[in-house]
Amino acid sequence: MTATVSTPSDRRSSGAAPAPARVRRRGQRSTAASVALHATLIGACLIAVFPVLFIFFISLKDRNGWQDPTGVSGGLGLDNYRHVLSETEFPRWFANSVIVACGTMVVGVFIAASAGYAISRMAFPGRRPLMWTFLVTQMFPVAVLIVPLYNILGDLGQLNTYTGLVISYCSVSVPFCAWMLKGYFDTIPVDIDEAGRVDGLTPFGVFYRLVLPLARPGLAVTAFYTFLTAWGEVAFARAFMNSEDMATLSAGLGTFVGQHKQEWGLMTAASIMITVPAGLVFFFAQKHLVSGLTAGGTKG
Amino acid sequence: MKTATARPPRDVAAPTGADHPPPRRTGAWTWLRRSYRRYWYAWAMVLPVVVVLGVLVGYPLGWGVYLSFTDANEMNVAKDIGVNHVPATYDVIGLDNYWHILSGEEGNFYPRLWWTVVWTVSCVFFHYTIGLGLALLLNRRMRFRALYRVLLILPWAVPAFVAAFSWRLMFNSQYGVFNAILTDLGMDPVDWLNGPTSQKVAVVMVNVWLGVPFMMVALLGGLQSIPSELHEAAEMDGASAWQRFRHVTLPGLRPVSSTVILLGTIWTFNMFPIIFLMLGQGNSADSEILVTYAYRLAFAGVRDYAGAATYGICILSILLVFSVFYRKAISDESPGGRPRTTRRREAVR
Repeated sequence: MTATVSTPSDRRSSGAAPAPARVRRRGQRSTAASVALHATLIGACLIAVFPVLFIFFISLKDRNGWQDPTGVSGGLGLDNYRHVLSETEFPRWFANSVIVACGTMVVGVFIAASAGYAISRMAFPGRRPLMWTFLVTQMFPVAVLIVPLYNILGDLGQLNTYTGLVISYCSVSVPFCAWMLKGYFDTIPVDIDEAGRVDGLTPFGVFYRLVLPLARPGLAVTAFYTFLTAWGEVAFARAFMNSEDMATLSAGLGTFVGQHKQEWGLMTAASIMITVPAGLVFFFAQKHLVSGLTAGGTKG
Repeated sequence: MKTATARPPRDVAAPTGADHPPPRRTGAWTWLRRSYRRYWYAWAMVLPVVVVLGVLVGYPLGWGVYLSFTDANEMNVAKDIGVNHVPATYDVIGLDNYWHILSGEEGNFYPRLWWTVVWTVSCVFFHYTIGLGLALLLNRRMRFRALYRVLLILPWAVPAFVAAFSWRLMFNSQYGVFNAILTDLGMDPVDWLNGPTSQKVAVVMVNVWLGVPFMMVALLGGLQSIPSELHEAAEMDGASAWQRFRHVTLPGLRPVSSTVILLGTIWTFNMFPIIFLMLGQGNSADSEILVTYAYRLAFAGVRDYAGAATYGICILSILLVFSVFYRKAISDESPGGRPRTTRRREAVR
């Protein structure tokens, strides 16, 4: 009885701490708690946003403006951007990254889609081992595959080619896509498949004519995330693309700030130009991303 | 999702196959033929993935295992010099590489392993606790919630290598913004990226900044899937806020938590770009994790392919052992001895 009486005050006082109270529309939160809540969130947002804004700020200064991080001595302008776009290899790297990331995305989704469907819907011998393989390949550190892939690509003459890099990315992206897509196919009602079967479609027909069109959002999210992974990959890109004109962004960005050069101004401008498209793609995809990532793990 | 799990999932492709155990084996051949007839479309659908995995993962993996038993390095692998093809001259030396590394004779494995474990544990710990805290805050009704959410997941949208370089600029000892702030406050500047301890703190900070949004969004999704009736019932029964958190929220989050912690551990263990790019080349051997160290073995100085391959296999084994134990621990711990996930999976079979 006493416990029941004390509950409301408990809830009120606990509002300030990250308490688990599931707030329903009862106006239970006191003003102080509200202030604390918003203050915490604003603080966290500042930490999250500050680096991005700061880099943007530096990129707007002149080329050596980064040496004065807190002032605006040189004025603001787009000089760094102009320089990066016209006098460095940046556009070339950008194009390389787009080609490689798009290639990985298309190949990954294309190969993985039917497997994701089969794993989601059919109980066939080999299903469990395959699921395990997908999980285990996520554990593959770069270090296991990079040396053998480097040697194999070297033997095949595919170092420094788009094909070589796309192929190596597929070792990561194909199992990942299958994993994500399986999670998405799970959310499409089985009745649709059954209706299709009753109407005389083959399992392949059901897949191509009914399920794939319905799964378009899932396919898009998977494709975009694959794109982003390839866009941000570092180790393979640096090891396999070792000539300057084949470098992707992740290898190219480092050349602004090597041992003999400290062009941080240019680096910041390039960073912003790399992040903006990735960020747009990301915000489009993020809604369904987490459910896709965790679905494969929580449901067998 | 609900519809798929609410009733026993039916096997669309093989209507009679799912609910019955496979026919008793009269012979491997008969079994194979019968299951081929029943499952051939399923197999046809997974065939591309199996082939790709076999060629792109299986074969290199086998090759990597083979390399780890040899003394291959840059000098003795097959290569083309001009028009001449120089054949490989490395030999199989058995388990020497493993012995060399695991006995501690090489002197790098255990320090690197220790730091990798510290790095992984601290990163995942901060990811999870901060992510959970923010998710709990965001799970309330309030103004600007959508705005907060968007701002908080911003770091996730930044590619890791861009983040690494950006933070390197901010940590710059002479011109970095942190040291500028410290100096303005009248404190001594810190040589962030060169001190043995400070550079570790710095990389953990950056990785926490990058990794929290994923945890936050995943846990927020988990929180929203906990039925509010449970909280109401607990409240009616007089549970305090802490008790509700401890006995309703946390158990409700269990399926999500166990997955994201496993994924997060694997990702952090293998987190290559942050350490590799932030600490640059040279003077940071002390802060290398296993993955970056193996990469340097393979692609810096005299390329030690065999050593790097051995490191790779060791890392993979560690992760495999970890995840097997992790899954086992999760299923032993949960009420009733079996986690819901396993039960559901059995229903599917």
